[in-house]
Amino acid sequence: MILETQTLQKRFGAVTAAADINLAFEREAVVSLIGANGAGKTTFLNMVTGYLRPDSGRIRFDGQDLVGRAPREITALGLSRSFQIPQLFQSLSVRENLLVAEAIAGAERVEEATDALLDRFALRDYASRAAGLLPEGVRKLLDVAMALVARPKLLLLDEPTSGVAADEKFGIMDLVMAAARGQGVTVLFVEHDMEIVSRYAGRVVAFYDGRVIADGAPAQVLEAEEVRRYVIGERAAHAAA
Amino acid sequence: MSALEFILALALAKGLVVLGLLLLMRTGLVSFGQGLYFGLGAYSAALLAHRAGIGDGALMILAGPACAAAVAAVLGLLLARYREIFFAMLSLAFSMILYGMLVKSAALGSTDGFNLHAKTFAGIALPAGGERRVFFAVSVVIVAIVTWALHRYLASHWGRRSAAIRDNELRVEYLGASVYRVVYVNYVIAAALAGLGGAFAALAVGHVDPETTYWTTSGEFVFIAILGGTGNVLAPFLSAALFEALRTVANQYAPNVWQMTLGVAMLAIIMFLPGGLWTLVRRKAA
Repeated sequence: MILETQTLQKRFGAVTAAADINLAFEREAVVSLIGANGAGKTTFLNMVTGYLRPDSGRIRFDGQDLVGRAPREITALGLSRSFQIPQLFQSLSVRENLLVAEAIAGAERVEEATDALLDRFALRDYASRAAGLLPEGVRKLLDVAMALVARPKLLLLDEPTSGVAADEKFGIMDLVMAAARGQGVTVLFVEHDMEIVSRYAGRVVAFYDGRVIADGAPAQVLEAEEVRRYVIGERAAHAAA
Repeated sequence: MSALEFILALALAKGLVVLGLLLLMRTGLVSFGQGLYFGLGAYSAALLAHRAGIGDGALMILAGPACAAAVAAVLGLLLARYREIFFAMLSLAFSMILYGMLVKSAALGSTDGFNLHAKTFAGIALPAGGERRVFFAVSVVIVAIVTWALHRYLASHWGRRSAAIRDNELRVEYLGASVYRVVYVNYVIAAALAGLGGAFAALAVGHVDPETTYWTTSGEFVFIAILGGTGNVLAPFLSAALFEALRTVANQYAPNVWQMTLGVAMLAIIMFLPGGLWTLVRRKAA
């Protein structure tokens, strides 16, 4: 297992964001985390990547305890992430964003590595444009590209297609997944779009109210009663109709 | 030393301080306390001659940045944790502490300060009456080297990290780099530059006093930085020269309203050239 969590708990006042989360993820798996807003998906990601400290519980990544470590230490261990709102260097060009990332990652030939990345993520046409002026789909791609620069063993993607035009989302996911597979990276992605989930995930973990309510193959999880009710919202929709 | 040379000598000295501010601003930080290091640089150079009896100009110039960097290496451990108004106010507080110490210290001349005089430069006797001209020439050479070095630093991968931190610290941390370390290093470099500027200013004026560390002096450096903009390493020297010229002329012809003249100039810059005077140079080049 590359990542394991044991009895992970996190509360924000009266709200339980994570209640006894026990999960394990195999190497090179592609897993989707689904759930309604506030279900605890992003809190889970934030705890794993060191942005939030769990109230209790353990997180083990590749044999190392992660709780209490700073984000940069976790990145150095081989765990990278992208963000729901892309975290870019807005005033720098796309190329400069990647140059900074490659230099931090310690690439031997920073310029060459950057050029290769521009090609792999189809960002060459935007290379000299300021990151703050990019369309949302390109911003998402750049955010993921920067996360992959650190050559992670595990990549966490927070809603990689949110805010992206419907006709662009599969193109973006194809590029991201091809890059991740090319590097043998395990991928965990939070997603609301069930088409994306069905198409790319080999396993789905469904969250509701800070708990895991289903975990397994996509077809099995997406058909589960609780998932249909609390995540997909089908029963509510039928009732309303 | 002619009046023009004196103005330029002061402009180069202050430009060095502002060059350090430029580095901090590129990292997203504004210091209202660079007077601390300017004053430390000036006093350490002066004390070397005045107290230690070492009247060698080269050593006095070296003492400025060395003393400033040593103090910044300690204070930076704390200041590198703060951002925005907290960083600005803390840096101001430290400069005012030094100011308070200097005005209370009779041994350091209290509010009057004291004079300094260099007898040699790197062991070579200085021409009588021509010391300041020698230091002006030396400052031109050193400023050129330091400015080139900072330009190279900003264009390097480490230097580019500064702009990345200004834009998004969270991403820098998630890429695996320590924001704290970059801020700390830049803070110490900026202090060393201010110390060097202080040493040159002391040698150009031949006198040091606590005013060098007062908050208005620190504010003046921020003023010059905004006047020139942060677009190029030459901008601090361009704006410092203009500032000194403007102040000299305004002081001569309108001694009671020279600060108002500077205020109007600042207002015009903010309204019409928010990127500073360097915008004009860039537009002309384009």
